[in-house]
Amino acid sequence: MTTTLNVSRRSFLRATALAGGGMLLGFRVNPLGASEPLFDPITNDFLPNAWIRITPDNVITLIAQNPEIGQGVKAMLPMLIADELDANWSAIRIEQAGFDPAKYEGQFAGGSNATPSNWLPMRRVGAAARAMLVTAAARGWDVPEHECTTRESVVHHRASGRSRTYGELGIEAAGVTAPDLETVALKDPSQFRIIGTNVHNVDNLAIVTGKPLYGIDLTLPGMLHAVYVKCPVFGGTVAGANLDEVRTLPGVRHAFVLEGGTTLNGLLGGVAILADNWWLANNARRSLQVQWNEGPTSSQSSEAFARQAEALSQQPPQRTLRSDGDVDAALRSAAHTVTAAYHYPFIAHAPLEPQNCTAHYRDGRLEIWAPSQTPQSGRRLVSTTLGIDEDDITIHLMRIGGGFGRRLANDYMVEAAAIAREVDVPVKLVWTREDDMQHDFYRPAGWHHFTGGVDANGRLTAWRDHFVSFGEGERFASSAGIQPTEFPARFVPNYALDVSVMLSGIPTGALRAPGSNGLCFVMQGFIDELAHAAGRDAVQFRLDLLSQVHDTNGWQADRMRGVLEMVAEKSGWSNRRLPRGTGMGVAFHFSHRGYFAEVVQASVTQDGDLGIDKVWIAGDVGSQIINPINAEHNVQGAALDGIAEALGQEITIENGRTVQSNFHNFPLLRLTQAPPVEVHFRVTDNPPTGLGEPALPPVIPALCAAIFEAAGRRIRSLPLSKHDLSWT
Amino acid sequence: MNVTIHVNGTRHTIDVPPEMPLLWVLRDILDLKGTKFGCGIAQCGACTVHVNGNPTRSCITRASVVDGAEIRTIEGLSPDGTHALQRAWMELDVPQCGYCQAGQLMSAAALLEDNPAPTDEDIDRAMNGNLCRCTTYLRIRRAIHHAAAIRGRQSPVDGAGGPDAIEGREHIGGGADDTGGRGHIYGGAGDTGGRERIDSPAAR
Repeated sequence: MTTTLNVSRRSFLRATALAGGGMLLGFRVNPLGASEPLFDPITNDFLPNAWIRITPDNVITLIAQNPEIGQGVKAMLPMLIADELDANWSAIRIEQAGFDPAKYEGQFAGGSNATPSNWLPMRRVGAAARAMLVTAAARGWDVPEHECTTRESVVHHRASGRSRTYGELGIEAAGVTAPDLETVALKDPSQFRIIGTNVHNVDNLAIVTGKPLYGIDLTLPGMLHAVYVKCPVFGGTVAGANLDEVRTLPGVRHAFVLEGGTTLNGLLGGVAILADNWWLANNARRSLQVQWNEGPTSSQSSEAFARQAEALSQQPPQRTLRSDGDVDAALRSAAHTVTAAYHYPFIAHAPLEPQNCTAHYRDGRLEIWAPSQTPQSGRRLVSTTLGIDEDDITIHLMRIGGGFGRRLANDYMVEAAAIAREVDVPVKLVWTREDDMQHDFYRPAGWHHFTGGVDANGRLTAWRDHFVSFGEGERFASSAGIQPTEFPARFVPNYALDVSVMLSGIPTGALRAPGSNGLCFVMQGFIDELAHAAGRDAVQFRLDLLSQVHDTNGWQADRMRGVLEMVAEKSGWSNRRLPRGTGMGVAFHFSHRGYFAEVVQASVTQDGDLGIDKVWIAGDVGSQIINPINAEHNVQGAALDGIAEALGQEITIENGRTVQSNFHNFPLLRLTQAPPVEVHFRVTDNPPTGLGEPALPPVIPALCAAIFEAAGRRIRSLPLSKHDLSWT
Repeated sequence: MNVTIHVNGTRHTIDVPPEMPLLWVLRDILDLKGTKFGCGIAQCGACTVHVNGNPTRSCITRASVVDGAEIRTIEGLSPDGTHALQRAWMELDVPQCGYCQAGQLMSAAALLEDNPAPTDEDIDRAMNGNLCRCTTYLRIRRAIHHAAAIRGRQSPVDGAGGPDAIEGREHIGGGADDTGGRGHIYGGAGDTGGRERIDSPAAR
């Protein structure tokens, strides 16, 4: 957790200043976030920039700047630096950065963004340091720089047979002017020696030996343990509580009300109980009695939303987001038309590490240890909520026991900070699983009412979707929106996307592949219905659709055709000979800059028991798979995550509160349910992009299409656990 | 009450409420943070430890019932990662976020101690109660076979027919002992309270 760059920065001397008389300087940061080179005269460490420390014994420490949520960024970012640095990977140490926006840009985990945003910047960081080391060596030997080569943290001058390690060159390299990061020369990809190799999770040893890596594991001297009890109805407030009684319970040190506000992603009102250990705090909760002002959301329910969505779908849409051609005319002239209503439910994130955060308030300053995907937003939220200057808030980034989008919100952070401000010791807030499940920012439910038509040639000619979602006026609720470019927009000549929204008090937010995780299910599902109505092969129908492109801006149909053809080939799609009760389904999706096509083979017994036999995946995320083993794991995990969502996950709202509470009624995937997932990448000449999310969406409609082929049951709503899949 | 437990070979006598779960004794009293809190109702397995050699969900195991017991936690599997399972976990790069893996490893360790060469079906039975939100299951299964091979001084992984050979077809739910309806995939959804449950809650 430590970043040595932080703790001892005052002891560093800038090497150029050292020559001029030993001026003490801190880091100075250029607009790219790279600090000027430093040399530490006490340790003789060379710090070419804020990401690299080279010790005299040639050990190189690289700073992983982004939050690690299990996506493997703590290996991936240092790989980019190390390759361009030509570092000896076996002597690399990796440290997690603290949140430090003065040094680092984009310290967040979300949107599968780490690869596209860091592919060049992190390589430049490594290349700049390497260039300084080469310059220093060439100067020392009095030879031209171009005669020097680097390998495994050593600079060589082959002609004279001389070499010096990076560690030996530190003090001289610190005197070299750092090259401009925008123009520093980068390797040709054929020269990569670390990028493209399998690098394992850098915390594996600590994980398998049970080291305290996670936010929930933090212990500080004198720390108290907290629970925070909020109104079960979203946005409700505290009217009163039996605090005097709670304060007398064993181990309880404090019990108090935080008034909070009613903004769902801010500090909500609640009761804090602080005790000597967490179990005592949570145990005291059993005696807590709170009178709540439940507020207006208490009248809301999933059932009522569904009724309202149905009513809205029968009315003219509130808005039309896109209208191409003449859908009505195309439907009139279509050879086959299909009408279908699709629905997906609210879903929780349910990361296995419950929400937690530790905070210590001292002398007007806050120190926070947070498993947050967005520390910058968290600091701003804490600052504005508590009136503490952002500069007086320090955030340490802890390894995160699963993100999935849940920790894009920072409600747990502002709660911990607000509680800690009331006492004079550090406080660790830990939510129960029930708190976590019932106070999430759910993947919003959605309803789609489709009409489509195919012509006599079996081509998709007409498409209308009336999407009923959550929002107000022209604003969608968080993650409840749709873009007018959502596929198959631009690929169908007569296309209309209509939208109606309804108000809700249910907090919603981004869940892994937000938007896409629901939209792909309905879009690809309905495409499958149209292909079936036309009597067409599901792959060929889609290939034809992809050739009907009208506007390729940002959506490269050739890349999607490439992965679709690849997954069809790998899965043996066109030669499949499956017994009754077994089927294959296909789907594709573009999101987070990635192109993914997936085939699922599933079997359904006549009694309706579902088995998933195998998943094949073809993905195109550009020219380079940076860490192949981790890429495969991310893609497999995304697909299995999608399967879990499809199989049994649903959050139900009754009386403004969440019904589900724990894993017995919100099931995660289990070992026996995980089918083999075969992953293939199609390498194309495009910038490398991220992998945390884009493989998730297609698996859901592909599974549903496989069920249709196996059992003749068309799946238009999720989860599958609510469907009778039996057949005769 | 005073409770004496032997944790990873060290004797501790502590004064705790009798109903305090072993999980929180380990985490907050003994400061052994390797054992994880995931659900509190024996549904996820993140808190799995060995009590007198049996894999046990420490989140629902009261301190009073482990008085005198031998407890083994992830910290006691091996402190340096040399246990065959830890080696297999690292060699196959099993963890993603890693949060569930202590519980996975303790369930797997109990399995291997009973059964040095488990079949896929044995693994299903022993491991189906341990949830992994990142869904690292494909590698967990391979890694258990791999660890068994390491222990048996066999050629790792390919001794059992290669990593792919063990990723057979998985069938989901709906068995005769399933508690749910059609496509209702998870058995054992009810009965989460009070009593200690050691075995996997899932139907298969």
